[in-house]
Amino acid sequence: MLGVAIGNLTIVLAIPVIGAAMIMLTPRRQTAALFSLALLASGLAFVWSVIVFSLFDGMSGEMQLVERVPWMPSFGIEYIVGVDGISIFLVLLTTFLMPIAILASWSVTEKVKEYLIFMLLLETGMLGAFVALDLFLFYVFWEVMLVPMYFLIGVWGGTRRIYAAIKFVIYTMAGSLLMLVAIIYLAARHAEAEQALTFDLLKLYDLHLPLDEQAWLFAAFALSFAIKVPLFPFHTWLPDAHVEAPTAGSVILAGVLLKLGTYGFLRFAIPLFPDAALAAAPYIIALAVIGIIYGAAVAMMQSDIKKLVAYSSVSHLGFVMLGLFAFNMQGIQGAVYQMLNHGLSTGALFLLVGMIYERRHTRMIDAFGGLWKPVPLFSALLLVITFSSIGLPGLNGFVGEFLILLGAFAVAPRWTAAAATGVILGAIYMLWMYRRVILGPLTNPDNEKLQDLGVRERIMLAPILALVVFMGVYPQPFLYRMQPAIDVTLKRIIAVTPVAVNHHPQAVLKSKSDGR
Amino acid sequence: MDVDFTPLLPTAQLLVTALVVMLRDLFIEEHEPKCILVFLSLVGIGLAAGETLALWGVQESAFHDSIVLDNFAHYFALIFMLAAGLTILSSIDYVRQAGIHEGEFYALVLFATVGMMLMAAANDLMVFFLGLETMSIAVYVLTGMWRTNSRSSEAAMKYFLMGAFATGFLLYGIALIYGATGSTNLDLISDYLAEQPSEWPLYLIGGGFLLLIGFTFKVGAVPFHFWVPDVYEGAPTPVTGFMSVAVKAAAFAAWARILLHKLSALDSDWLFPLWVITIGTMTLGNLLAITQSSVKRMLAYSSIAHAGYLLIAIVVGAEWGGLPLLFYVLTYSFMTIGAFAVLSCLSEANNQRENYRDFAGLGFKRPFLGLAMSLFMLSLAGFPPLGGFAGKFYVFRAAVLSGHIGLAIIGVLNSLLSVIYYLRVIVAMYMEEGGAEGKSFRQASAVYVAIAVAAIGTLYLGILPASALNWSRIAFASLE
Repeated sequence: MLGVAIGNLTIVLAIPVIGAAMIMLTPRRQTAALFSLALLASGLAFVWSVIVFSLFDGMSGEMQLVERVPWMPSFGIEYIVGVDGISIFLVLLTTFLMPIAILASWSVTEKVKEYLIFMLLLETGMLGAFVALDLFLFYVFWEVMLVPMYFLIGVWGGTRRIYAAIKFVIYTMAGSLLMLVAIIYLAARHAEAEQALTFDLLKLYDLHLPLDEQAWLFAAFALSFAIKVPLFPFHTWLPDAHVEAPTAGSVILAGVLLKLGTYGFLRFAIPLFPDAALAAAPYIIALAVIGIIYGAAVAMMQSDIKKLVAYSSVSHLGFVMLGLFAFNMQGIQGAVYQMLNHGLSTGALFLLVGMIYERRHTRMIDAFGGLWKPVPLFSALLLVITFSSIGLPGLNGFVGEFLILLGAFAVAPRWTAAAATGVILGAIYMLWMYRRVILGPLTNPDNEKLQDLGVRERIMLAPILALVVFMGVYPQPFLYRMQPAIDVTLKRIIAVTPVAVNHHPQAVLKSKSDGR
Repeated sequence: MDVDFTPLLPTAQLLVTALVVMLRDLFIEEHEPKCILVFLSLVGIGLAAGETLALWGVQESAFHDSIVLDNFAHYFALIFMLAAGLTILSSIDYVRQAGIHEGEFYALVLFATVGMMLMAAANDLMVFFLGLETMSIAVYVLTGMWRTNSRSSEAAMKYFLMGAFATGFLLYGIALIYGATGSTNLDLISDYLAEQPSEWPLYLIGGGFLLLIGFTFKVGAVPFHFWVPDVYEGAPTPVTGFMSVAVKAAAFAAWARILLHKLSALDSDWLFPLWVITIGTMTLGNLLAITQSSVKRMLAYSSIAHAGYLLIAIVVGAEWGGLPLLFYVLTYSFMTIGAFAVLSCLSEANNQRENYRDFAGLGFKRPFLGLAMSLFMLSLAGFPPLGGFAGKFYVFRAAVLSGHIGLAIIGVLNSLLSVIYYLRVIVAMYMEEGGAEGKSFRQASAVYVAIAVAAIGTLYLGILPASALNWSRIAFASLE
């Protein structure tokens, strides 16, 4: 009975923890050994997640590689993990970015041991949240993630790090605690209806609650996820956290943590409470579009590059939300694809900002100018990533944004038109930043002797760049694996044509009930 | 009449241990080490705990049903002994440095534990009262044992006066109930309430309310909480840990048996006041905790707030609240006593060092203390996968399942408030510089053992709570 074979997903989850334990046992003076261990653990986790990917059947939309172990049986709480075509890519994104983030931490000199331990624990927390299929387990991972991030910002961050760290925790907790009550309530209602105590997500999907109850529960879940995304107007923690976090922290925060918010909508809030999600869609689309334009407008005004990138995240994640709440294949596919894109391009942007900050100890745009001459390679790479971020055709960002706009246009053409201006604004602020930093005359003498990228930095950026190009020219291997899983999710949401969704939610609900 | 005294063995054994410790102390010269006393106390507690474990499942009543030894009593007895053991371990060095008489100190901890065990097992209001007084008087003395410290004396005086007042309420309540029902035996009172479901004299309800007030005082719930911060702050730190864990647990044990179970017929009368008390206790405790600059006072207010979470389990009633109440008490014991043990490591003879700024940089200077304290703080704040989260989860779950969703929401919002001040400790330990030098912290191995046990308990209950939940269930079921 207890001889359950340890599954591959559990191994992926366990590797970083084991790595953290080994680091704990290593003397703190041997910095190189500490880094090597962390790199080894995160690298191994990546390799193992690739193995998971190779075992994954892309034609099926069901949960795969599911492991199930009773945890607190008398309360129906189980350890259930599994992946489908949506979460597998997010798992890969996480394990892919983690070794890079650790490489980016080479400049951390103080308290290296604790730093690496927290990084690895953070990885397990994030991975766990992506693969958990039990609501209780998901909540545990969701909160576990918070603690290492809190330390990473608070100990290794910038000057206002304590303020930023506490703000980050309080904001996130505020949402998630209400979600906890909603989770308990949902399980209680399921127990009432089915006489079976469970937190199993797949079983809870089948519970159909009346709209007013759904609305409350959806609100609790949505608040928690909206803060994480962050959806306007819950975004105010993000610029602080990003600016104060160390480079690797920002990479992980932007690259993976924010995706947990959008993933949460797609995996939990929407399919668990489809009627409420449909009813709320117009409002969420409105907030998403406001976020797109607002984020872009504020980004344009920033004088700190890191803050600019942070606000650009608000804008980009607005696109993801727009795609999700289109409730059609293109929209959601684009949204998931854009999650990956944003993870790569914004991760790379933070890396590049970190590199220039390490050299000059400033991130102010007007401290730079004419960098092409001293650091041509850096400038070229920044150009590629900038293009990726603004969605230039041929690079990954274009595919995602295009699909999202396509999907969203079918249901909310006016809002989508407004969102499209966000694309233009995005191009403006990114290119303007690029012009001021890289092009023009070299005026500041401090910039003359800048070193171009070293070997370690090239190793960090090369894989991201390769993926940015690959995902831009050949998205099919990604999209076709997502499709069945999104199909399954969509079927849980609506049985009618999605075109009418947003303008007449009541009509959709009516036709849905007529259809049964 | 044939009485089987075996179930009383742990209590009696602990009482004898206390006497032996006190007597043995007389034969030790002034300046000789007194390790033997610690050893005797711990062995006594260990034996008593072993006996209690062996008696697990035995259900007997003795002395004309005035004492019931069931799993409920055993469960709480184990918590009391755990708290006593950890308190003794963490106070060895502290007591010596503060110049407190060791023999009496350990003996009083044991006497208090005996009183608590009687409280948890009492099936008669008089026995309950005797247990309560045995515990209280011992704790009054423990509070004031640091005679050279004026804060300690002040705290003892305050505690004694307020405690005596509360005792008056309790005793008057017991008298009124006796007057109405003609008995102090809980079974007979319960029968009376069941037989005459509506024709209760007004003074019976009044007696019930007086009991409620007495309990509210003992657990430190709003509006009878004013003594808590001053007394907790003034008492020697290990004693504060003992008070906030064991004394509170004992009061809740008696509350659960007497009000929640035997007198539950009176529920409808005190449900609303209790609801108000619960919300007030959580909210006020948390709000005031935020404003403190002393970690010890913060922990005092936080213990008020935690009494509020425990009261949620009482409000939702025996059917839903019993198991979460017992489980929460267990997790709360580990994390709170651990936090106070860490705090006691910081203090020096003349310098209590219990403000936030004294924690500055502790995390990197003394990694073990920092790690353990972070664990306790995160657990108290309710982060998974630690014991505090599991405890809160089951309490809030009980609230939701029993239809008190409003209470659950207020509870989680309070948890959010508590994050603010618990994280401040971690901020100080890891994110601020300065504070005391590393060498001056206590390095005694005994207190480290106590901290390690508390930390392991906190982790274990968070990650693998299944078996502890099962014990809680069995223990509460034995009340039926």
